[in-house]
Amino acid sequence: MNWMKYKLLYLTISLVFISSGLYSLFKWGLSLSIDFTGGVKAVYKLENGEILNIKEGIKTIQEVDKIRNEYKSKGAIEEVFEVVGPSIGPELIKKTYYAVGISTVLILLWITVQFRSVKFGISAVLAMLHDMLVLIGSFSLFGHFLNAEIDFLFVTAVLTTLSFSVHDTIVVFDRIREKLKLSSTENLELIANQAITETMVRSVNNSLTIIFMLLSLILLGGETIKWFGLALLIGTVSGTYSSPFVAIPFLVTWEYIQKKYVSLRTK
Amino acid sequence: MKKSLLVKLLLILAIVGVSLYVSFFDSRFKFSLGLDLAGGSRLVFEADTSRVDLSIKDKALESLRTVIEKRVNLFGVSESNVYSSNFENKDRIIVELPGITDPKEATLLIGKTAQLVFAIPNSESEATASSEIVGLIPTNLTGADLKSAETIFDQNTGKPAVAIEFNDEGSKKFETITGENIGKPLAILLDNEIVSSPLVNEKITGGKAQISGQFTLEEAEKLETQLNAGALPVPVLLVEEKTVGASLGVDSINKSLKAGIIGLIMISIFMILIYGRYGIVSVISLLIFAIITIAIYKIIPITLTLPGIAGFLLTVGMAVDSNILIFERLKEEIKLKSLETAMEVSFGKAWDSIRDANIATLVAAFILANPLDWGFLHISGPVRGFAITLALGIGISLFTGIVVSRSLLRLFIRNDK
Repeated sequence: MNWMKYKLLYLTISLVFISSGLYSLFKWGLSLSIDFTGGVKAVYKLENGEILNIKEGIKTIQEVDKIRNEYKSKGAIEEVFEVVGPSIGPELIKKTYYAVGISTVLILLWITVQFRSVKFGISAVLAMLHDMLVLIGSFSLFGHFLNAEIDFLFVTAVLTTLSFSVHDTIVVFDRIREKLKLSSTENLELIANQAITETMVRSVNNSLTIIFMLLSLILLGGETIKWFGLALLIGTVSGTYSSPFVAIPFLVTWEYIQKKYVSLRTK
Repeated sequence: MKKSLLVKLLLILAIVGVSLYVSFFDSRFKFSLGLDLAGGSRLVFEADTSRVDLSIKDKALESLRTVIEKRVNLFGVSESNVYSSNFENKDRIIVELPGITDPKEATLLIGKTAQLVFAIPNSESEATASSEIVGLIPTNLTGADLKSAETIFDQNTGKPAVAIEFNDEGSKKFETITGENIGKPLAILLDNEIVSSPLVNEKITGGKAQISGQFTLEEAEKLETQLNAGALPVPVLLVEEKTVGASLGVDSINKSLKAGIIGLIMISIFMILIYGRYGIVSVISLLIFAIITIAIYKIIPITLTLPGIAGFLLTVGMAVDSNILIFERLKEEIKLKSLETAMEVSFGKAWDSIRDANIATLVAAFILANPLDWGFLHISGPVRGFAITLALGIGISLFTGIVVSRSLLRLFIRNDK
């Protein structure tokens, strides 16, 4: 099947998702939990079984105690109580940047060495960034319309997406590498099409197994884990999509431009 | 049956047997649950090292950690953890207290400096700037000279008090101070507040004394703990607290467990529907994956958290993926070759992609788990929990995907003939 014929279509799909996410990011930003902003979050179960959610800004220790004592004296059960100081959030973000940055560089190196071409490395990392953008963008929208919050669990979901995206892309790359070794043709586009055709069933089936797991987590896993499951689900779907439809078209286009440039120069 | 296959099958059986035993039949092995599942508190203290000389800062922080560890241990919480972290010149001590119901108490116990100082009244003038409480001169006798402290009930008043015993050097100091100040009050200061100020009637030898302020029993016990563990070398400030009630934790476990089991069942049905008898092989190897994982979580033990469960679920996907990769290969190869050859070729080819893909994931897991405790990355908490289960899952899935599935498939084929 000639998958590469529809490169523009894939580009359009990705652009629609990413640009609506980016639009939301710039217009509404992210709705951050106290993990990032600092503040007080509490969940109390009152004596009549009612659940009470409290969210406050940054408070002094005395003010925090006051909140606590007020509910405790009413006999409410403390289910969650979180106090985060103002310095914690920025640190969390920085550490996550470092973690993502270092992992990205190492993955880039590993793929470049393993596939003997920096093109493969960069294409895989590009697909990975695509997935992270899709995920963060969609949560900006969820935050605005559905009150989803970006918390520490979301950071974990982003990191999971990073791992999964690369994992999935490498499987297709591996097929291309194998074909390049065996076949006489140097035409990367042809080989890429074959590789995508041959790995498509595997990709879809594999994603489906993960999606089953996540759907069951979203539907049955309870409130704490619902948004987390959804974030992982978006990451999985995007990660599966981006291997044949972002990484490979990018790789093929790069190769095409490079060839053209070389042939122009030799003329 | 080839000998090597027999050996492998026996090995697999042995591993599964041991794992089953550890997972379900030996109560000595238990899941270690993180705070978000077991309930409990995570407290982050920031050390105020502004007044500490740079040359001794590291030493002060090390001893800060030790003292906090001692206090936590004396507090009697099992499976508590104390980490230190440094990020951009901010020194933090992270304390994890599973199963605690009143974190406020813990915060007060751990966070209080508990600097014990004995002071005598300044007879000349009140102008001594060095003493922080007006009219008192601190002596060289401090909490560092203590040997032990114990909560007692005052024999006269019946109220809770703390009996202290000095070490040899402290006893001598105490003897000298009491000898020189007969008839005067000797103030006992705790963090610059006067706790009590008894009159010295005579020179006290033997190095024993009693602090009897207006304590409640809890306060006396807290002070006992603090004095026994020693004063904090630098003051600390609580910058983060996360507490999860035990009931919410239990609820989370039950729900994720249910979700996990139903997810596994759905995957099994899917695999059998799509791949038939090969699907059955992959379900068996998936079950083995789950059993070995549970056993390893219990043996090491791995602290389970919600992100950790996510890491596990992701590796379930990766474990199934190894099988799918092999089966899809097999579908292609079988068109050209005999079943047996096709299988061997598929294993070989699938292995390349399984290896490369999993190593890339391992690289990411390594950075996130941060085993070398690099200060600029996450030291504790959810990200690390996630990364550790992810890394372990990859390891186990390589074993079940390659060794277990492969051997079972070979076994299946032999039985066919």
